[in-house]
Amino acid sequence: MTQPALLTVSDLRTYFYTGAGVARAVDGVSFTIGAGETLGIVGESGCGKSVTALSILRLVQQPGRIEPGSRIMFEGQDLLQLDDAGIRRVRGNRIAMIFQEPMTALNPVFTVGDQIAEVARVHASASRRAAWDRAVEMLTLVGIPAPADRARQYPHQLSGGMRQRVLIAMALVMSPALVIADEPTTALDVTIQAQILELLGDLQQRLGTSIAMITHDLGVIAEVASRVLVMYGGEVVEEARVETLFTEPHHPYTEGLLHAMPRVGRRQERLAVIPGSVPPPTAWPTGCRFRDRCAYAWDRCAREHPPLYQIGAGHVSRCHLADEPERRRTARAMPNASPVTPASVSGGVA
Amino acid sequence: MASSAPDRGGAFDRAGGASPWRSALATLARDRSAMAGLAILAALAVIALAAPYVAPYDPRAQPDIVTLKYLPPTLAHPFGTDQLSRDVLSRIIFGSRVSLSVAFLGVAVAVTVGTGYGAIAGYLGGKLDGFMMRVVDALLSIPRVLLLIAVATLWNGLELAGLVLLLGLTGWFGVSRLVRTLVLSAREDEFVTAARALGATHTRILIHHILPQVVSPVLVAATLAIGNVIVMEAGLTFLGMGVRPPNASWGSIVYDGRDVAAAWWISISGGAALVITVLAVNLLADGLREALNARQLPAR
Repeated sequence: MTQPALLTVSDLRTYFYTGAGVARAVDGVSFTIGAGETLGIVGESGCGKSVTALSILRLVQQPGRIEPGSRIMFEGQDLLQLDDAGIRRVRGNRIAMIFQEPMTALNPVFTVGDQIAEVARVHASASRRAAWDRAVEMLTLVGIPAPADRARQYPHQLSGGMRQRVLIAMALVMSPALVIADEPTTALDVTIQAQILELLGDLQQRLGTSIAMITHDLGVIAEVASRVLVMYGGEVVEEARVETLFTEPHHPYTEGLLHAMPRVGRRQERLAVIPGSVPPPTAWPTGCRFRDRCAYAWDRCAREHPPLYQIGAGHVSRCHLADEPERRRTARAMPNASPVTPASVSGGVA
Repeated sequence: MASSAPDRGGAFDRAGGASPWRSALATLARDRSAMAGLAILAALAVIALAAPYVAPYDPRAQPDIVTLKYLPPTLAHPFGTDQLSRDVLSRIIFGSRVSLSVAFLGVAVAVTVGTGYGAIAGYLGGKLDGFMMRVVDALLSIPRVLLLIAVATLWNGLELAGLVLLLGLTGWFGVSRLVRTLVLSAREDEFVTAARALGATHTRILIHHILPQVVSPVLVAATLAIGNVIVMEAGLTFLGMGVRPPNASWGSIVYDGRDVAAAWWISISGGAALVITVLAVNLLADGLREALNARQLPAR
């Protein structure tokens, strides 16, 4: 990273105090986002990606709590120390968020223009007229045809892709320094997905906004991110530049994710999967949290919680294999952990 | 609309805004029984407002309590006269002022208090919510009629305003529960989180994003409650604890005709006024429920 850090999250822990015990949804996450950079955050459902995103803007609701000792430095202040009015001045203004479901993230009883204008009215105390003009301008910016007419329509009159554009417009009204996009394309079909990603990339170029792109889709990451954070079990398990991550993944979980990606040109009977599922956050396994699903796991993994090992420049991994690399060769048992070999290509190559 | 756009608005394009409220109104307007109920209520409201002009006689005048009492229905007295020779039709017309306004204002009080209370409990949640709802549970456990009779007995010489207040303050428990539940679920809506993420204040979130989700069910409940309260006021008055004579309300007219053997038409007239009104209210409420449920959240 050559850019100065815009956002520095250190030792973020967000716990939920539920009847079933304490759910450690985010458990000691640290990362930075540079100015103008796009950071990808990947992981399966239940890995803590979304809670991390919500924690940055302090949107975690009861019974969730951000634990003392966590720090989120942004533009020279710790967001966790701000009072209510202080964090409200950051939300939607300096840091904006784009949500996953364009169907439900818009209020059905107001026109989309009203909803975009609301942001300007909240933060810039703009007049009704000025806020409306800004809303139409934003709709133009996100590429919605006939924006003045569309602004007067209700969410149910727009398609999913249009609604996602509206949400992006809402996020960008105040030209925030950072946009957190939580699975912004998951609910959309593939062609619209590509358009939305292209739009985000294009707007980022023009406005110099940093983006935190949260997704479970490595395809999305490959397209937009420059650096990637892989999360598992409420922790960062690997961090690398995007090229490094795709060519030399270190953590077995990252390997598994990469192999679970369907690829054009690779004929497979069925998609590779990572066996098992994410354990409940109330009961993370001791030692390495991935060991139950890992083909390489040995006794040390149960004993010792792996630290983030330095693998290369800007590349870290939370796996003891960094310490004992010879074990990777001796344990090739996990079929989907192997790189693309003839064994994984069934049906043979003509 | 530029047709070259990659993703167009779909089939819902209509000229002008299709606000959820407006489409609900359109649905309601197509509902014949709801419209009939609304028409009856509108007619009743007009008659009540114009009572001095449409009533054939002074409702309190007792022209001759010996020869003109208990006259059966005739052209001169379509609903007959009562034991004090008063014209029953005129009393029903003037009584509608009392019955309708007491019910309407009573429900207005109940809905205001109940919505405020329920919204606070639901939005703030946690221990406060638990405490506030236990209070409502306790109040709901007392039968409302008992509560009404107790207060009405203790409160000697209840004025109309007092009656409105009494009916309102005993009627908000159910509303507060309904509102609290709706707010609890609306609070979890993603657009509420989205509004918080955009820096909206609590007041703004409550008024702009949560209360609109609450309006429809509350409107239906309030309409139904109006019918309920009309009957309740009539019951109280029948028991001598509501509207005081010589003022007429529909309840007191039913009471005046309690000697059915002497004159059946008095209670029947008062009762018919009650039944028709409550029926109209319920028709409207049903129509509202249909219209608002169908259109409340078109996106889902």
